[in-house]
Amino acid sequence: MSGVLVRGTVVIDVDACKGCNLCIDACPPGVLVMTEREVNSRGYRYPQLLVGCTGCKACSQICPDFVFQVYKYDTAIELTA
Amino acid sequence: MTALSAAPASRLMQGSEAIAEAMIGAGCRFFAGYPMTPFTEVLEHMARKLAEVGGVCMNAESELEAVGMAWGAAATGTLAATGSTGQGLSLMQESLAEITLARLPLVVLNMSRGQGDYFQATRGGGHGDYRHIVLAPKDAAEAVELVGLAFELTVKWRNPVLVMGDYYLAHTARSVAIPAPVTHTLPSWALDGSSGGTGSAKLISFLGTQKQRSDVGYDLADHYTDCAKSTAAMAAGVDPLVESMGTDDAEVVVVAFGTPAKYVHSAVRQLRSEGAAVGYVRPVTLFPFPTEAVATAAAGAKAVAVYENNQGQMIDDVRLAVLGAAPVHFIGRLSIDSSGFGIAPDLDVEVIRDRIASVLDAAAGGT
Amino acid sequence: MRIVPSDRPPDQPARLVDDFTPDLIDVGAHQLCPGCGEPVAMRSAMEAISELGLEKRTIAVFGIGCYTAFSNNLDVEVLQALHGRAPSLATGVKRASPGTVVLTIQGDGDMVSEGLQEVVHAAARGEAITCIMLNNGVFGETGGHMTATTVLGQRTKTSLEGRDPDRHGRPILLASLLAQLEGTAFVARGAVNSAGNVARTKRLLIRALETQVKGAGFSFVEILTMCPTGWFIETEEAPAYLGEHLAAVHEPGVLKDVLA
Repeated sequence: MSGVLVRGTVVIDVDACKGCNLCIDACPPGVLVMTEREVNSRGYRYPQLLVGCTGCKACSQICPDFVFQVYKYDTAIELTA
Repeated sequence: MTALSAAPASRLMQGSEAIAEAMIGAGCRFFAGYPMTPFTEVLEHMARKLAEVGGVCMNAESELEAVGMAWGAAATGTLAATGSTGQGLSLMQESLAEITLARLPLVVLNMSRGQGDYFQATRGGGHGDYRHIVLAPKDAAEAVELVGLAFELTVKWRNPVLVMGDYYLAHTARSVAIPAPVTHTLPSWALDGSSGGTGSAKLISFLGTQKQRSDVGYDLADHYTDCAKSTAAMAAGVDPLVESMGTDDAEVVVVAFGTPAKYVHSAVRQLRSEGAAVGYVRPVTLFPFPTEAVATAAAGAKAVAVYENNQGQMIDDVRLAVLGAAPVHFIGRLSIDSSGFGIAPDLDVEVIRDRIASVLDAAAGGT
Repeated sequence: MRIVPSDRPPDQPARLVDDFTPDLIDVGAHQLCPGCGEPVAMRSAMEAISELGLEKRTIAVFGIGCYTAFSNNLDVEVLQALHGRAPSLATGVKRASPGTVVLTIQGDGDMVSEGLQEVVHAAARGEAITCIMLNNGVFGETGGHMTATTVLGQRTKTSLEGRDPDRHGRPILLASLLAQLEGTAFVARGAVNSAGNVARTKRLLIRALETQVKGAGFSFVEILTMCPTGWFIETEEAPAYLGEHLAAVHEPGVLKDVLA
């Protein structure tokens, strides 16, 4: 398993999400995926984060429901994919 | 705000100019209008005079935009006014209704063509439940006083106030005294941008006054209920203004408003000097209507006669006040010249005297 | 692929680069449709005001549409106008209070259908205000009906087989119209259908507000926004639909910039 340099991360407000999927396509490294079976308290599927976030804030900027908080690590960290 | 230098005690002035002077003396510093007869001269005078005191006068591209501009200026706490004639007021109605729900002060002039805009003014020509205070001067001198009162009332009640003039008043010159200028202080609700970024930025909205707290926005039911309370307080809190003469012992009471009322007054005085028991009531506030004064005057009378230059509008309010205590006769009519601007053949003391005399005769005859 | 935790801030040293809601939006929750572009545009506009440090001078005049949901939800002063009427109110505010920064937030139905006269006259007069149009080609709040900007072929509830020039006429390209008026100083179109476009749109908004602050005249930014509900499509199809249909007619870019 290779280590991936990860520059950022997000906090996802799961219950704020309305399942619109815009963040999935907006994410340049493609590290957001919608849940398949799990839904939030309002019945919507919501995004989950995979390894490889760059902290670019594309997701937070495109999200109509202000679901994301975006962080950039001071130093990139290594995570297993 | 620039204070005017000491004004002369009184000056001969056309009604339009007197109204403009009075507005500026009352502190008005923003005016927007669209030319339309017989309002146009007020706009012209305001354009010149406001520039002299550092105010703003906009010749808007439509009446809708005129009332919109005045609305925006009013939201900054500036004393603002607009106006037109009846048709132009018709165009402004949606905005006037909502400005009332936004609880903003605004003075609105209707330089009307005749007296056919009574319903528009007092019933609220726009949608929904609201009321405007309506003031109806009989001449330029009274117009000056009532304009000053209008600005006081609109600020006090945070509700638009209408002043009803007409062609005759606009174009007649009279000696008027312009009162000393008043200073206006900015109200606490006024917008200037500065409450932004504080966590409680101000909001002026006809949809409500509450800032959002959950995912739900305005509560219109709440807001309309609040507005209804404010309207009721205003209706109860404004003393109706009225001029009466000879109503204590009158057999016939004649009711009239605005400039034609001067002719009615002269006719009544003539008849009284000949021994006729005629009384006269002139509502000055059309809303709140001086119901009590009219009722009291009608209490001992055999008949009530209403003169107005229209097909019968104020007569509804007179009937409501009289409430069957005496028959109410309409002695007015739609009387205009061929231009339609409202200089009426009826503006003749003899003509009106004859109409009152008919009612007197009929009352004496027991009909 | 491994899912990483996203339920709390990171333990490792990191800085916050984007918060849930921008500073000048009070409450992030709203009842607008999933995938709606209007909150995205509102975020961009509020961030632009914040970045320029204008929040203590700003008065936003709102029209009536879905976006009106934000009129009592901002940490800038707001004056609510009627449908189509924001430009005249904004004119009154700015003329009475020239030190403020005045902007309007209006939809395409509000600005180009009901209020075409108002925005054209304000622009011709060169009023020192910034008018912002959220253009999704429909009257969203009433359920998705044709407006003056609806593009040919676009299906709406009042053009169910698609806008047909013979029956429904052709769209008005408002930014193009305004750019021709001498009174306008900055006219541009942006879109919020991708993160890149959101960033570009924010730069347009910043330039528009700078135009006002510098006293150069009337500024206008049209922002194409997604409306999957009004377009009868899935939320994830809306960004592409916007690009293929709306942006093909109302083309993004800077149409006029007297300060350039």
